[in-house]
Amino acid sequence: MLGVEQVGARWRSGTDRAQVQVHDKVRVADGVVTLTLAAPDGGRLPDWTPGAHVDLTLDNGLTRQYSLCGDRWDAYSYRVGVLLEPAGRGGSSYVHEQLAPGHVVGLGGPRNHFPLVPAGSYLFVAGGIGITPILPMIAQADLLGAEWRLLYGGRTRGSMAFLDELSAHGDRVQVRPQDEHGLLDLAGFLGHPRPDTPVYACGPGPLLTAMERACAGWPARALRTERFVAAEQGAPVRAGAFDVELRRSGRTVTVAPDTSVLEALSAVGVEVLSSCRQGTCGTCETTVLAGVPDHRDSLLDDDERAAGDCMYPCVSRSCSDRLVLDL
Amino acid sequence: MTLAPSPVADVPVDDTDPFSHEVLEDPLPFHTALREAGPVVYLSRYDVHAVGRYEQVRAALVDWQRFQSAAGVGLSNFRTEEPWRPPSLLLEADPPRHDAPRRVLTSVLGQRALRTLRERWTADAEQLVDQVLAAGTEFDAVPALAEAFPLRVFPDAVGIGRDGREHLLPYGDHAFNAFGPPNDLVQKGEHRVAQLSGWVGEQCAREALTGDGFGAAIWAAADRGEITPQQAPLVVRSLLTAGVDTTVHAISAILYGFATHPDQWARLVADPSLARVAFDEAIRWESPVQTFFRTTTTDVRIGSTVVPEGRKVLMFLAAANRDPRRWTEPDRYDLGRDPSGHVGFGMGLHQCVGQHVARLEAEAVLTALARRVRTIELAGPTRRHHNNTLRAWETLPVRLTVG
Ligand code: HEM
Ligand code: FES
Repeated sequence: MLGVEQVGARWRSGTDRAQVQVHDKVRVADGVVTLTLAAPDGGRLPDWTPGAHVDLTLDNGLTRQYSLCGDRWDAYSYRVGVLLEPAGRGGSSYVHEQLAPGHVVGLGGPRNHFPLVPAGSYLFVAGGIGITPILPMIAQADLLGAEWRLLYGGRTRGSMAFLDELSAHGDRVQVRPQDEHGLLDLAGFLGHPRPDTPVYACGPGPLLTAMERACAGWPARALRTERFVAAEQGAPVRAGAFDVELRRSGRTVTVAPDTSVLEALSAVGVEVLSSCRQGTCGTCETTVLAGVPDHRDSLLDDDERAAGDCMYPCVSRSCSDRLVLDL
Repeated sequence: MTLAPSPVADVPVDDTDPFSHEVLEDPLPFHTALREAGPVVYLSRYDVHAVGRYEQVRAALVDWQRFQSAAGVGLSNFRTEEPWRPPSLLLEADPPRHDAPRRVLTSVLGQRALRTLRERWTADAEQLVDQVLAAGTEFDAVPALAEAFPLRVFPDAVGIGRDGREHLLPYGDHAFNAFGPPNDLVQKGEHRVAQLSGWVGEQCAREALTGDGFGAAIWAAADRGEITPQQAPLVVRSLLTAGVDTTVHAISAILYGFATHPDQWARLVADPSLARVAFDEAIRWESPVQTFFRTTTTDVRIGSTVVPEGRKVLMFLAAANRDPRRWTEPDRYDLGRDPSGHVGFGMGLHQCVGQHVARLEAEAVLTALARRVRTIELAGPTRRHHNNTLRAWETLPVRLTVG
């Protein structure tokens, strides 16, 4: 039983949430590890919903997106699954080879572009590591008493993560390694189009393209997909200090690596109204006049991030040497 | 007669009725006693636990896993009692059911969605302030400003029809009373509740809403499958319940703050960019929403007390917002303070999804007033409006000087 004061102390500690610490790293299939992440101070992590991902900024400067695949009723840890991609640009090999329990990595989000919409029944299709966002979705579908089935494909049985967890669901889950069954029988799995059944698919590009074809006869918006690409942010994230220029008051503040923009501003007497200090409530929204923000909030979508015209200084930082804010 | 055994040992017991007229008239002494008694107190009158210190209130607010809302955020326990209306899909829901409606409202009421309203509301506020000042510089600020402005802009922003808008405030007043015990405040609303609920329900239908408001945006989300068509009217209803009385009482709270702290008004006039801080400081200082309940989903230890599973816990947002453990000189209305982190809008998963709407309304009114008004003072006896959840004014006579 946890005491309530364990979550109560965080208002004192301010904004350390933009980092998480690796608590555990487990190999769960050929080429797949799961990481268990926790707040360095042991406090609550930001809330999330099934389908959400976090951005992790690794020591080697790369930012990678990983779907959360743990239990949201545990507010103190996140779980992500990471596939080793030898052809990738170093994010996954860094996680597999270098990252170890105790290491601290930068955190952005969680954000959710792949939310589970309310329905009485669902169909899920996962390819390979694309199983990760689907895991909390099926847990949720169960909680809601919805009907669901999952078709899960992979190269070989040994490469497919979480088979033991999935076995609890019996024949609602069809496990179809390619070396045993050949290509996934999408048409057979989907059956006739059903207007009230959303179809969620996550996996490599070719699978999603095949899904689009297979769902051609389904109502518009029935198919909801997330392409599993290790997206890299445009500008590399800065590890060091940066300057924030306040256009209206004509001042410049240096933000050290271990403080947030909000704290740095407050330290020189510039108060920006804030509330959650987690990048979730939107209260501290600030207009960016120049420079490239390093967005860590849960609010902006990719287009809004790319526009770069506003930021949430409680968590977000800077990719450029200098940010100019309308303050 | 035998005394019922205390449900838990080692917890301070208080037999005050926090919903009595005496406490509602001036809750501050009770809030102080509650905070001083300990991190958690047992309120024997209602057989509930209560938290009044900032640390515990905030912790309970964010901990939706162990302090649930779906059993009702009032005294009534929906596990065993029938709610007076179909429960809110946001306020009275837990994950996972809370997720989709919350996501939709977060986007419909987000700061970015409100950008188009800022200009219109600023102009509306200037018009209203001009009208009011043209009629005289001594008036009751509750009807003239605090009620007039939200009623002028908010129903239009939602997109409901013109007829029957006078039902909005009584409906909200009853809904917020209904979170308390079934006392005289609830009884006084009961004879009209069917009529008011019926009217509110009609406003939530797609056909009743204009094509460009929050209501239409909620229905559009239903068309995209983000919520179901059955959920859409109840999500619209959330706006009509939670979005009117709250902002009315918040605006009177600010005006009361300034009328009793003339130096702070001078500060705002000198620097109108303080309007945002002025509003949130008023929310901290007066806490228009005073309390909400949660229900424990497991045994929870608060301080050295274990609150058993399935119990109602009453969170005093207002007491937390004036906890001297968190705020220096909490009783002062002070624009020099950073009110960030107050819990007047709640915190965490259920934190007020309409807070940017409320801020925009208040900013518009304050900016318009600061442009024209040099001083504000009280011009006669004030009178409180009692509500089981809201801290409100019935009358707030003010005298302004215009510069
Ligand atoms: C100054 C004015 C306002 C105050 C003080 C206020 C206060 C609050 C508080 C304390 C909560 C949290 C309830 C909880 O934790 O159980 C809340 C939630 C909520 N508020 Fe507000 N509110 C205000 C204005 C508004 C407005 C203008 C709207 C609509 C546009 C609105 C809509 C809501 C809704 C829908 C929720 C439920 C959110 C959820 O449970 O996810 N509120 N409000
Ligand atoms: S304070 Fe909530 S988003 Fe920054």
